[in-house]
Amino acid sequence: MEGMAGQKSSLVWTVNIAAFLLVLLWTIPTLGLLVSSFRDRDQILTSGWWQSFSPSTATGFVRTGTGDDAVQRDGVYVIEGNVLAEGQSLIGWGTRAREPAAYEPGDTAEIGDGWQVTVAADGTYRMTSDAPFEMRRGERIFVTTGAPARLTTENYNRVLTAEGLGRAFMNTLTVTIPATVIPILIAAFAAYALAWMEFPGRAILTAAVVGLLVVPLQVALIPLLRLHNDLGIGKGYLGIWLAHTGFGLPLAIYLLRNYMIGLPREVIESARVDGATEFQIFRKIILPLSFPALASFAIFQFLWVWNDLLVATVFLGNTREQLVMTGVLRELMGSKGGEWEILATSAFISIAVPLLVFFAMQKYLVRGLLAGSVKGG
Amino acid sequence: MELFWLAISTIAIGVFGCVAWFWGSNWILDRIYPPRGPNAGDNIRKAGQIRPWLFLGPALLFLGVYLVYPIFDSLWRSFHNARGTDFVGGSNYAWLMNDGKFRESMRNNLVWLLVVPALSTVFGLIAAQLTDRLKWGNIGKSLIFMPMAISFVGAGVIWKFIYEYRAPGENQIGLLNAIVTALGGDPQLWLTLIPWNNFLLMVVLVWIQTGFAMVILSAALRGIPEETIEAAILDGASPWQVFFKIKVPQIMGTIAVVWTTITIVVLKVFDIVFVMTNGQWGTQVLANLMYDWMFRGTPDYGRGSAIAIILMLLVTPIMIWNIVNARREVR
Repeated sequence: MEGMAGQKSSLVWTVNIAAFLLVLLWTIPTLGLLVSSFRDRDQILTSGWWQSFSPSTATGFVRTGTGDDAVQRDGVYVIEGNVLAEGQSLIGWGTRAREPAAYEPGDTAEIGDGWQVTVAADGTYRMTSDAPFEMRRGERIFVTTGAPARLTTENYNRVLTAEGLGRAFMNTLTVTIPATVIPILIAAFAAYALAWMEFPGRAILTAAVVGLLVVPLQVALIPLLRLHNDLGIGKGYLGIWLAHTGFGLPLAIYLLRNYMIGLPREVIESARVDGATEFQIFRKIILPLSFPALASFAIFQFLWVWNDLLVATVFLGNTREQLVMTGVLRELMGSKGGEWEILATSAFISIAVPLLVFFAMQKYLVRGLLAGSVKGG
Repeated sequence: MELFWLAISTIAIGVFGCVAWFWGSNWILDRIYPPRGPNAGDNIRKAGQIRPWLFLGPALLFLGVYLVYPIFDSLWRSFHNARGTDFVGGSNYAWLMNDGKFRESMRNNLVWLLVVPALSTVFGLIAAQLTDRLKWGNIGKSLIFMPMAISFVGAGVIWKFIYEYRAPGENQIGLLNAIVTALGGDPQLWLTLIPWNNFLLMVVLVWIQTGFAMVILSAALRGIPEETIEAAILDGASPWQVFFKIKVPQIMGTIAVVWTTITIVVLKVFDIVFVMTNGQWGTQVLANLMYDWMFRGTPDYGRGSAIAIILMLLVTPIMIWNIVNARREVR
């Protein structure tokens, strides 16, 4: 498949097509969500998102006015109105649920009692009767309507203001940034000690860090929650910052140590000979040289904290004011399971920032993965 | 806005606190054992023994309090009653063994464990190989890798939309049902369809983890020496033979790392099940079961902790394997 003299072009084609299909398969789910977040409610509920660029048809019914709305004109009683909503066009209409498109626009239909209904193409209807209308509720006119393909940002306005996602966005940011910055500092010093300082117990500590990488954090939830309560930290930002710092440290130390140990020995040795203190070596040589590894970990930790639901649910309160975005999203899935315009938009807002970070910093993310592929989510 | 300042000041305090600790403690150490004067040599040696612990101090404190202590505390709680007041011996574990939901969770976790790492690794390997020499390969890789950045909850929404159900005859808005009806089948309520719903949840994790597998395996594939492959081609090996007989055996070590890493993720899988089915319709998994016992209704910390300890036991073999590997690399 590679580097071969005289490659068969059919093979090249197969590889291209297969790769394309795979990429498509992996992209479509997200694409569906993105497209849906720009469609309006009725369109989402009546047609698939893949149809959003063709006009959509929908069926429904409209009730006419009642006898009270009738006016007498030329000896007949008339009720008038319109069956269409803004932006819709009439494809067909009917008087029975089974046949919502029995008549063309402009046709006239008889309904029992000697009533006649006409629905024009612009949606105006006119129902006439020789005798006064006697009914408590209006007659139903079933309509098949078409709406032009339309994309809108309305959902975003609504979700950011009314559904409390704007607030959740701020909460998430508040949780994420300190929980990303603080572990880096603590880990950098520890990693330097593990990589470049001689002391008894170094090997065991390094092994312990590798071991702690995979500890399921579920084990830590109850003990830490109790501990936080006993210490008076309770549920809140301080608690969640501390928790994320603790949970992120093994990976941070592991990644940074692996990177630092690869730095050139001569540079560090000669600095030591020149009388630099360990602190100076760390600050002036190690830290600047380790930037790629620091960036890798920062991205990992950022994505992990931003996307986390479990730690936030446990260590932060669950009131409306305290929820992070994953929490709001989860709540919406429960309470608004069918309202896809809200769900899709909220979900997209919550994944937009990680996606931006991902595409902007992919290089560092990949590098970090390659260096520390022991830890899982 | 208030929140914003809170966050900023926390960062400032945190960063300042860390710097103050590291700088201050080093400064004090140098005062006590000055690296000059008559005892300079002796002092430098003594300071050199203490200094690593100053550098490691905060990290060890955090690791100890946030990861090591909880393991022992959970172990202790798992032998106590719901509120942690009375010792109950192994009765929490005995209860687990006979609990239907626990067995269901164990069985499901086992299936997850077989299916997700296998499929993710296979798809990752295919993706890595296919995109390797393509002109647009890097873009393709990015797109396959992208779900990695999406939260499990976000992925839950994305896939729940795909599994959405509408009654037969209506316009299907879920992609899966649209395909099924287009092929002449009946729409299904996928997420309640035992036992297939489990596999549909697994698909979500495979979708997320394939990118990870691809990135690692792609790097490994590129690490294979060109000469090996060229030699095989000169000997008349077909592309398939090159792939399966030369490349795959060479990256077996990396495949194992990918496999175990995904295994750890799978053991801890929580959010996906939590938001998509919440363990109903036969989809319960250990992490979600534990969450139920710890935080729903009247919490039972004893049983919850027992489940947590089981999870811990399940990851222990991989933990040991990782440590052994890491130590071998150091030598």
